[in-house]
Amino acid sequence: MVWKFGDNIDTDQIIPAKYLSISDPRELGRHCMEDKRTNFASLISSGDFIVAGNNFGCGSSREEAPFVLKEIGIKVIIAKSFSRIFLRNAINIGLSVIDCAALVDETSEGDELEIDLSKGKLKNITTSQIYQSQPMSEFLLQIINDGGLVNFVQKELQKTRRVNK
Amino acid sequence: MGMTMAEKILADHSDKEEVKPGEYIFANLDLVMGHDVSAPRAIRIFRKMGAKKVFNKDKIILLEDHFVPNKDVNSAESCKLMKEFALEQELTHYYPVGRAGICHAFLPESGMVLPGQLIVGGDSHTCTYGALAALGTGIGATDLAAAMALGKLWFKVPETIKITFKGKPSKWITGKDLILFIIGQIGVEGAKYKSLEFDREAVTYLSVSDRLTIANMAVEVGAKCCLMPPDAKIIQYLKERTREEIDISFLESDIGVNYEKVLEFDITKIEPQVAFPYLPSNVKPISKVGKIKIDQVVIGSCTNGRLEDLRLAAEVLKGKKVPNYLRLIIIPATQKIYLDALAEDLLKVFVEAGGVINPPSCGPCPGAQMGVLAKGEKAVSTTNRNFVGRMGHKESEIYLASPLVAAASAVKGYIADPRELLI
Repeated sequence: MVWKFGDNIDTDQIIPAKYLSISDPRELGRHCMEDKRTNFASLISSGDFIVAGNNFGCGSSREEAPFVLKEIGIKVIIAKSFSRIFLRNAINIGLSVIDCAALVDETSEGDELEIDLSKGKLKNITTSQIYQSQPMSEFLLQIINDGGLVNFVQKELQKTRRVNK
Repeated sequence: MGMTMAEKILADHSDKEEVKPGEYIFANLDLVMGHDVSAPRAIRIFRKMGAKKVFNKDKIILLEDHFVPNKDVNSAESCKLMKEFALEQELTHYYPVGRAGICHAFLPESGMVLPGQLIVGGDSHTCTYGALAALGTGIGATDLAAAMALGKLWFKVPETIKITFKGKPSKWITGKDLILFIIGQIGVEGAKYKSLEFDREAVTYLSVSDRLTIANMAVEVGAKCCLMPPDAKIIQYLKERTREEIDISFLESDIGVNYEKVLEFDITKIEPQVAFPYLPSNVKPISKVGKIKIDQVVIGSCTNGRLEDLRLAAEVLKGKKVPNYLRLIIIPATQKIYLDALAEDLLKVFVEAGGVINPPSCGPCPGAQMGVLAKGEKAVSTTNRNFVGRMGHKESEIYLASPLVAAASAVKGYIADPRELLI
């Protein structure tokens, strides 16, 4: 189901800096969005969606922001727009992010969605509306298809090692 | 057609004659920086990637500035991990607490940032280096791990917005007022994904310190990077800090280049600016602020913790006492700035006024330690963000301003115009 937020949800709201020295993912996840919604982490079921306004994830470069959202079970974030570093971090850790203003305007909290990432096709099951988002660039799809940047780097390092042998 | 500053630097680092906005490239990195929040996570990911050695032990900077001196066991463990990694990898540039200070003040100050470089840092304010015509941009921990392993990263070539100023600012206007004014005008998404480029005229009257403050907050309008053309002031600044050869011949944007937008601001009449909670774009000129009583003043951070900033604050605070209900926190951004402020008796002024000096670090800016706000408290701060809960309780409030406004507010106990005290 959908959890809806407004514009400019910044990284301090997603995960306050005071928790960034915590390395245990589950403990970190418990503080996700806590100043915005009490006990948010415990309300999420795996596969839920966040639908938000403009500039989602603005502020700091902390990768913990997309990480905690993924950790508590958020599958896809659909927003009118994302801040640059948040978008980059999300792609690098394999959390799907989609720009789709029309869906954001016409979707309410609690709606159910169905998403075909490869085709960029989004469906609001509750309202029966269908939306088409911008397909992701081939370059970024390649990183996501590699399973995120970690796997991409692993492949690159193996190539170098073969050359050096 | 020609290229903008950002396009030139990205082309130069990807062995291409030319790059165009929207193009995806792999580019080689000159410097890779991580601090005690981003680096520990990146080190764990580096190991998960199966990387054994960093790409170049002289090009990676690991530094402690956020939660140091270690605020708790978790941060102590983070710094321990950084130390072990720095030793194992024999890193040339490893700076624990007491050796450097805030990353974005320390790197330029120590002569590591040079025009034309491509620098990534595990911190969003890495755009600061644009004041010295280096393309600096913030990245997260997985990118940082990849950068340490490969020495290169993927980039999307940004479009460029050019900013030019008309006129000369009055003597009460600092770099902080100018950047707050711009953020107020174009909003927190005003330059999203873009390179924010200032032209030569725009920076003419600005000190290097003011330029660093402006470039530092480019991320608050969503910019990928900020770039300012290097001039004689920059060359002089660099000569005092490095013996490296400095080549600026190719850097300036070509004539007739395609900007996404050109924005001109008349800065002759602007007043000191204050950003109200909870966005840096919520800006008002000081005459429209009203009487807002405050509990704390913070002067420091990567935005405004340089010697020039402390001098301005001391000018206002000299011989004054702050009200008993107000906490004044001063944070020299680096060890060098601390020593210089000591030598100039600036720290004496602050302590005599009733202030406390924090060690060079981010201090309360990210809300973790050394000046956290209680419910309902208000602070005037020279830092860069005033989001909900940024400096403490979610119902506390941060008003962003220049060191002059912050110091005047500390004296008065409410948000005040420095002209009231100094004229």
